[in-house]
Amino acid sequence: MSMMDWIDARFPATKMWKEHLSEYYAPKNFNFWYYFGSLALLILVLQIVTGIFLTMNYKPDAELAFASVEYIMRDVEWGWLIRYLHSTGASAFFVVIYLHMFRGLMYGSYKQPRELIWIFGMLLYVVLMAEAFMGYLLPWGQMSYWGAQVIISLFGALPVIGEDLALWIRGDYVVADATLNRFFAMHVIALPIVLLGLVAAHILALHEVGSNNPDGVEIKKNKDANGKPVDGIPFHPYYTVKDLVGVVVFLFIFSLVLFYMPEFGGWFLEKDNFIPADPLKTPEHIVPLWYFTPFYAILRAVPDKLFGVIAMGLAIVVLFLLPWLDRSRTRSIRYRGPYFRIALVVFVISFLALGYLGTQPATFLYTLMAQIFTVLYFAFFLLMPIYTKFDKDKPVPERVTTK
Amino acid sequence: MRNLIFAALVSIFSVFSTLAIAAGPSSKLDTVDIDLTDKASLQRGAHTFVNYCLSCHGASLMRYNRMAKDLGLTDDQVTENLMFATDKIGDTMQIAMRAEDAKRWFGVVPPDLSVIARARGTNWLYTYLRTFYLDESRPMGTNNLAFKDVGMPHVLWEQQGYQAIDEDGHLSVEQEGALTPRQYDMMSRDLVNFLAYISEPSKLQRLALGKWVLLYLAIFFVIALALKKAYWKDVH
Repeated sequence: MSMMDWIDARFPATKMWKEHLSEYYAPKNFNFWYYFGSLALLILVLQIVTGIFLTMNYKPDAELAFASVEYIMRDVEWGWLIRYLHSTGASAFFVVIYLHMFRGLMYGSYKQPRELIWIFGMLLYVVLMAEAFMGYLLPWGQMSYWGAQVIISLFGALPVIGEDLALWIRGDYVVADATLNRFFAMHVIALPIVLLGLVAAHILALHEVGSNNPDGVEIKKNKDANGKPVDGIPFHPYYTVKDLVGVVVFLFIFSLVLFYMPEFGGWFLEKDNFIPADPLKTPEHIVPLWYFTPFYAILRAVPDKLFGVIAMGLAIVVLFLLPWLDRSRTRSIRYRGPYFRIALVVFVISFLALGYLGTQPATFLYTLMAQIFTVLYFAFFLLMPIYTKFDKDKPVPERVTTK
Repeated sequence: MRNLIFAALVSIFSVFSTLAIAAGPSSKLDTVDIDLTDKASLQRGAHTFVNYCLSCHGASLMRYNRMAKDLGLTDDQVTENLMFATDKIGDTMQIAMRAEDAKRWFGVVPPDLSVIARARGTNWLYTYLRTFYLDESRPMGTNNLAFKDVGMPHVLWEQQGYQAIDEDGHLSVEQEGALTPRQYDMMSRDLVNFLAYISEPSKLQRLALGKWVLLYLAIFFVIALALKKAYWKDVH
């Protein structure tokens, strides 16, 4: 009896290997957009590993936090590399996640029977935003401090419970040592556990129904005599070796940023965050991290604070509803009619424009533009049941297409 | 479809980048060309720093022995020439002045300069060092073009002398210093170079390592691509 038989009699190692890798049949026509799922997993591991090493030297204390980060940058062996991997990794995570989500939009990967994959993915996105927000407080620089102050104060806009809720989140009347301590706890243990659980659910749900593809064709409909999808190939080795190429290309770009421009012109590490947090001195221009700016622009576009907060919340909520807003039976943009195509282009432009406007001072012109793009953002979702129903979709082929 | 999306993205980015340039900072800064590999410059900057800055401003995240190693100096050289506030080479660059005293004398606690170059930028620091001018209305008798109503006096007046400001905001020499303007610019540049160095002592290490990582990845890419092609031969 081999070692593997001994283990398999007690733990489904070979069974799991087959189910999720060597006999998980993925469509053979994955394109560029299909690299970002595995890259997101890679960055998750990177963030956890670098995070563990950062935790060994970081001090979650308002008096010590700022200096402890610089201690890591200077006195800890390879500390600067670990810290930059983590800070660059945070932004890279959002770049990859946004591209991953856009892939889902283009190819209808959220549609029946993959609604739960999309829901788990959206939950991951929301938890990831919380994780990033809380992590950004930890260096305890001016932007960490005032960014947190602004965002937490948004909860204060809610009627009746608002102020008490904000107080409860902070643990003090302003962002203070108590806030730093609890954010540290959330950032290093609570939210990562939730993230890992959701990733497992996301992948299990995916492997239950099988992957979508750029043609939006269900490969399980065409099986050979052995019951294998004719247009499917085992994930391992085909996609493990293919994703390896994607990983190398990603790491090349990632390293360019990490070694030559870790601040990325102030977008990944902001100038003001090299000034220790000072509760008595508000920075001139408080800008949230770049990956929150579309939602920040929506918040500011609404004149009333409470309704702004509600609009910002709804901007996320509508994303969850996507599988039920889309009434078309066609998945992929390749075979969708003109209405959806135009709507998607308008949506992408609106999202990027809002992202830019969220970084800029709220002048009259910029606020007006933010209002227009906010309306377009919501129109994409709210009008979707109508324009997808009447769209002139093209016939979808029986089999996946390859170049 | 893909072309349509790209065209749309390109046009929106070009519109916004034009807007961004138009809305750029209005105050102009002098530009300084620093060189972190110029050890002589860094040593001169360190000399200026410990003699003129390090009594009010600390660099409490920077260790003397790390500086010695990076600037090509021995521990003894640093101990004898650049270390006045402590006798332990492993200490950081702390100052003896108490915060409450500083507040009483200057109206503000002088900031720690460990990472000031990353917070302000080197061009700002260079401009700041060179644009002190006489202003009777200020308690210290001087003001600054880069930092309006700054609490700090013109510490390097013996070197630069004093400048006066005209109605258009131009500075001219009012009282000559020990150095020529050209020499003072060099002194300022060396000091900014040193401040840039202490703000990220591992920067040269980072840049040096980057090349090798990228080279490794480039070679690995060729292998990974060949591996992928070999495995995918039978997929049609």
